[in-house]
Amino acid sequence: MQIIAQIAFLIVLVAGIAFFTRNIRRVIRNVKLGRKVDRSDNPGERFAKMARVALGQSKMVKKPFAGFLHIIVYLGFIIINIEVLEIIIDGVFGTHRILSFLGFGYNFLIGSFEILALMVLLGVTIFWLRRNVSNIYRFLGNELKGWPKNDANYILYFEMVLMILFLTMNAADYQLQLNGADHYAQNAGIAGSFPISQYLLPWFEGFSNATLIIIERTTWWLHIVGILIFLNYLYYSKHLHILLAFPNVYLSKLTPQGKFDNLEAVTNEVKLMMDPDADPYAMPAEGAEDEAPEKFGASDVVDLNQVQLLNAYTCTECGRCTAECPANQTGKKLSPRKVMMDTRDRLEEVGNIINEKGSFEDDGKQLLDNYILREELWACTTCNACVEACPIGIDPLSIILDMRRYLVMEQSAAPLDLANAMTNIENNGAPWPYNQMDRLNWANEN
Amino acid sequence: MAEVIKVPTMAEYMAEGKKPEILFWVGCMGSFDDRAKKVTKAFVKLLHEAKVDFAVLGTEESCNGDPAKRAGNEFLFQMQAATNIEVLNGYEIKKVVTACPHCFNTLKNEYPALGGNYEVMHHTTFLKSLLEEGRLKVEGGKFKGKRITFHDPCYLGRANNVYEAPRDLLRKLEVELVEMRKCKSNGFCCGAGGGQMFKEPEPGNKEVNIERTEQAMEVKPDIIAAGCPFCNTMMTDGVKGKNQEGTIEVMDVAEMIANAHDL
Ligand code: SF4
Ligand code: SF4
Repeated sequence: MQIIAQIAFLIVLVAGIAFFTRNIRRVIRNVKLGRKVDRSDNPGERFAKMARVALGQSKMVKKPFAGFLHIIVYLGFIIINIEVLEIIIDGVFGTHRILSFLGFGYNFLIGSFEILALMVLLGVTIFWLRRNVSNIYRFLGNELKGWPKNDANYILYFEMVLMILFLTMNAADYQLQLNGADHYAQNAGIAGSFPISQYLLPWFEGFSNATLIIIERTTWWLHIVGILIFLNYLYYSKHLHILLAFPNVYLSKLTPQGKFDNLEAVTNEVKLMMDPDADPYAMPAEGAEDEAPEKFGASDVVDLNQVQLLNAYTCTECGRCTAECPANQTGKKLSPRKVMMDTRDRLEEVGNIINEKGSFEDDGKQLLDNYILREELWACTTCNACVEACPIGIDPLSIILDMRRYLVMEQSAAPLDLANAMTNIENNGAPWPYNQMDRLNWANEN
Repeated sequence: MAEVIKVPTMAEYMAEGKKPEILFWVGCMGSFDDRAKKVTKAFVKLLHEAKVDFAVLGTEESCNGDPAKRAGNEFLFQMQAATNIEVLNGYEIKKVVTACPHCFNTLKNEYPALGGNYEVMHHTTFLKSLLEEGRLKVEGGKFKGKRITFHDPCYLGRANNVYEAPRDLLRKLEVELVEMRKCKSNGFCCGAGGGQMFKEPEPGNKEVNIERTEQAMEVKPDIIAAGCPFCNTMMTDGVKGKNQEGTIEVMDVAEMIANAHDL
């Protein structure tokens, strides 16, 4: 009997991990569809930023209440995963509370897990209320209707259930230990400390050891299976951020927010145009003729760079960006969160085509127009409020800019007034139709 | 404002074989926009007062390319950058001061990769350094005790982390500095950036500058202090839109200092 349980456990464990690995490989493959971008500079500074922002959640606490709750749930998540280590060993080897030889240290661990479990339970309940009952602007956005809203709630339910299972399991275990049941009783007294679950004991009054074992085993199994399901659910959910927040922050932009990249392909062409000695009929350099003509800007996800695509998978849909966006605040269609969600959805769509057909085949759709509308793109003031607000280093503005580049340089599709301003800059060196020769007139005016 | 201060150009300096301490980069708004021209002149008066040896490019200056770049026209931006860098490098410019955060950001952050390396300063930072060097005196005058709120320009604040210089100057004016709900790194855009200044806004339920003006009005200021000609225009329009021109003024920090000096 015991050996069957062990084998079953191994199968579940391996299957869970295998499926998870497959999903992670998909994320990596999809992210690699993007253009390469070099973020190998300043590793020290990058690590420090990752420690501060991803591990230390320094930006989460800008909203102190939500930040505090998030840190509790996050700590609960990390610490309870240490418990999973023991569960796995016990499951594979058929042992019970294998780490209990740690003595006081073990009791301390289990005790603190219990307290955290209770706090997590409270935390997610408040999160649920915030999301579903109170009227918080960033949870009311149109882009959150349907799946994104359900996704957020599922995870909250999931965490509630996992915590309840964990506490029930401990309670049943504690009672079994008190009863001196076989396999559960320890030589050295009680293994673990149960500051919370001890209060569940009255519910078990009059239960036989056999019943208690069924309760303990059932909750144990549900708990570990639940964790494996949770792990595999991540890929389909905004909760991928619990893994990707780290590389995402590491790879985020370190230069001043106002510094936008200068497109190198354009630099080369401009140099040629400005250089009086350049021979316009010169043969292209060796090997250059094989290269596909550069597409300026982005109309689909494969035109974006890998960090932008990673951003899309990392986005938690928290809407802090959108809540700060001046365009969004004044009722315009633009929502930086939606830009990130659209990018991810489209990337998933492209990924699914590759899964089915082996390689990407044009499906007649793209990120521009099918997902992100021009009206959204043109509403952006490039103010960087979204970038500043994002707790995990996502840069929605860079995607908006790349898509504008496509609109302007590939399609000449700027709004008319803006196109006029650009023509003026080109002809008069100012966005208005004034003569460059009048540029110093102010100096002589009173 | 009786006398007109002589504004020397780089070409004139070059002809005399001299080099100024700084190049004052005026920018398109500062050169052509009626409201911004007042800021330009105020700043020139302060430079004069502090005996700063400065020059402008005058007709050799051209749009830095910021609106083109942020609208997505990288070609036009880089053409503008290349032309400007050629002029700047031709005069061997080392230090550039500008009253426009957009010029500041572009010259400081985006020109270096294209061959234009200068020490670039926003005029508030430069004025603060003059103050610290004892070349310029800033004191209360007519602004003493007035309620002032500073609107952070996105391209000065969030984009380049300059938050304190303008505030330090305002404090020197002995004003009562009050902060808006959204300030510093959480500041709210005036609505002009990214080329918005030159186009109709997308449909919504309010204009960005109105929203920002309302945020400013919440703290009941006598003056909204600005550090950007775009913000200045947007906030001035906002104040007009709210029929507050009688009660709230919008002024650049440099204008306030020049005014306090009665220049
Ligand atoms: S940069 Fe654009 S998208 Fe981001 S907050 Fe500002 S206006 Fe909104
Ligand atoms: S981009 Fe950042 S701030 Fe915006 S929804 Fe995603 S995680 Fe939240």
